Amino acid sequence: MSPRAGTFCWRLLVALLYAFLLAPLAVVLVVSFDTRPYLSFPPATVSLHSYAAVLRNPAFRHAGLTSLTVGAAAASLSLVLGTAAAFALARGTFRGRAYVQWLFLSPMLVPHIVLAVGLMMTLQPLGLLDTLGGLVLAHIGITVPYTTRIVSSSLAALDRSCEEAARLHGATPWQTFARVILPGLRPGLVAAGLIAFLFSFDESVIALFIAGNDATTLPLAIYQYIQFRTDPQVAALSVLVVALTMIPVAIVERGISLRRAVGG
Amino acid sequence: MNDHATTPPRWLQAALLAPGLAALLITFVLPVAWLARVSLLPQAVSLLPQAGPSVPATGLSAGAYARVLGDPFYWWIIGRTLGIGVVTACLAVPMAFPIALFLARSTSAWRGVLVVLAIAPLMTSTVIRTYGWMVILGRHGIINSLLLQTGLLAMPIRLDNGLFATVVALVEILMPYAVISILSTLGRVNVELEQAAALLGARLPQIVLRIILPLALPGLLTAALLVFVLAISSLVTPQLMGGGRVFVLATEIFNATTVTLDWPFAGALSVVLLILFGLVISLYQRVLARMEAQA
Repeated sequence: MSPRAGTFCWRLLVALLYAFLLAPLAVVLVVSFDTRPYLSFPPATVSLHSYAAVLRNPAFRHAGLTSLTVGAAAASLSLVLGTAAAFALARGTFRGRAYVQWLFLSPMLVPHIVLAVGLMMTLQPLGLLDTLGGLVLAHIGITVPYTTRIVSSSLAALDRSCEEAARLHGATPWQTFARVILPGLRPGLVAAGLIAFLFSFDESVIALFIAGNDATTLPLAIYQYIQFRTDPQVAALSVLVVALTMIPVAIVERGISLRRAVGG
Repeated sequence: MNDHATTPPRWLQAALLAPGLAALLITFVLPVAWLARVSLLPQAVSLLPQAGPSVPATGLSAGAYARVLGDPFYWWIIGRTLGIGVVTACLAVPMAFPIALFLARSTSAWRGVLVVLAIAPLMTSTVIRTYGWMVILGRHGIINSLLLQTGLLAMPIRLDNGLFATVVALVEILMPYAVISILSTLGRVNVELEQAAALLGARLPQIVLRIILPLALPGLLTAALLVFVLAISSLVTPQLMGGGRVFVLATEIFNATTVTLDWPFAGALSVVLLILFGLVISLYQRVLARMEAQA
């Protein structure tokens, strides 16, 4: 085989693998423009009818509101808790620090389905099943390891001599934190908060166990819908959900590269 | 000495840690401990409100475990769960490797976009991607329509609702994890070695097989582990793609918690899954340590 044919085959292989990886999302996008009440391919029409139907659907609107509320609450609380813990772990000098550090990362090692069963059994006696509070609590649990880890690594990358210089020049610990540490941490904090929000927003297994009637999130609403029906409405909803998750990512990406461009 | 100036006082360290520890206690330590406790309850009690007032849950019994391990059906389920995990990992890792290698060595202006395209599926819900596969493999889905239109088929065939569909969807859903994990290892493999081999006359397949693959082996192993553990604990994909006919540990756990309301049984199945997790992770660490010792 000539080198050119080899390169061609190699690129074809990569392209085919990409096609496989992106197939389900591409297909959902195409189907969302169909109007027939059953699932079929290719679409007979190109219309935004399904999108209008989704936006009018009270169940989907309620789920959207629930998902946004739970995601925002879980992400901001998880960010605060994770940042505080990252500080204590990075700058603290207490005994057993390695164990505490391990404890903060250990939820990542437990499968979500096991956590889900445990959470269901724990939240039930507390009366938190199928409530916003229960969902927020559960999503804090699965996101705190990630916020702690991301903020920890940005803290480790900070130059401590800047803090020492600030202190030597008479800044109070609080001033040092607000004026020196916090600005340096900002990219890490934004990334951690965004990851926590997306994890909460896309999470389906735990929600399946601890919610479903009243406090229904978007993945849960889609799950319940496609168990019985597969019409284009749910495709349109899926496209909207994917778009909603991509917008913050794109904004943050742009913000960071913009700052890089300005910073030279 | 200098560190002292930037070390927070003891009380502040405690105050900073306390809320996070409390959250972990309520959302992680307590649920896992309570799950283990419930799995050791004697009778099949459900603590769900619709099953009547809470049954006083006392006593200690290995009854739920005996029911799991004494029933050949559940051994079959455990075997099938592990089988799906192995097959998914064996397909996803070799399929992710070319993408990761391409991205690691690409100098194209589109590289950033291609990296995002490979990883973006991670940021979309498993439910949505599973739905996409339902559209592709469904009775009136793309594959059937194509085969019917080209005259290769007279009647639509059943591609959805089964093991095949579940594994196809799992491979696609878990591939991005493998891409990330392999990509980070390939970044550490020295490009100069490949260039040296190329100068000495090695062709691309030889370079991949003799240089890149051996050096990237720890990363491939990590990718396989990641895909495997995510596959054996996945619920949504087997539940939706399997059409109620693919039984794995996760679907049985879901069934016991929400349908038959047999909580000790659900607890015992969860503990079995957790033990499988622990065994596989320790096996992985042992293999990795041996590979490092050999290197």
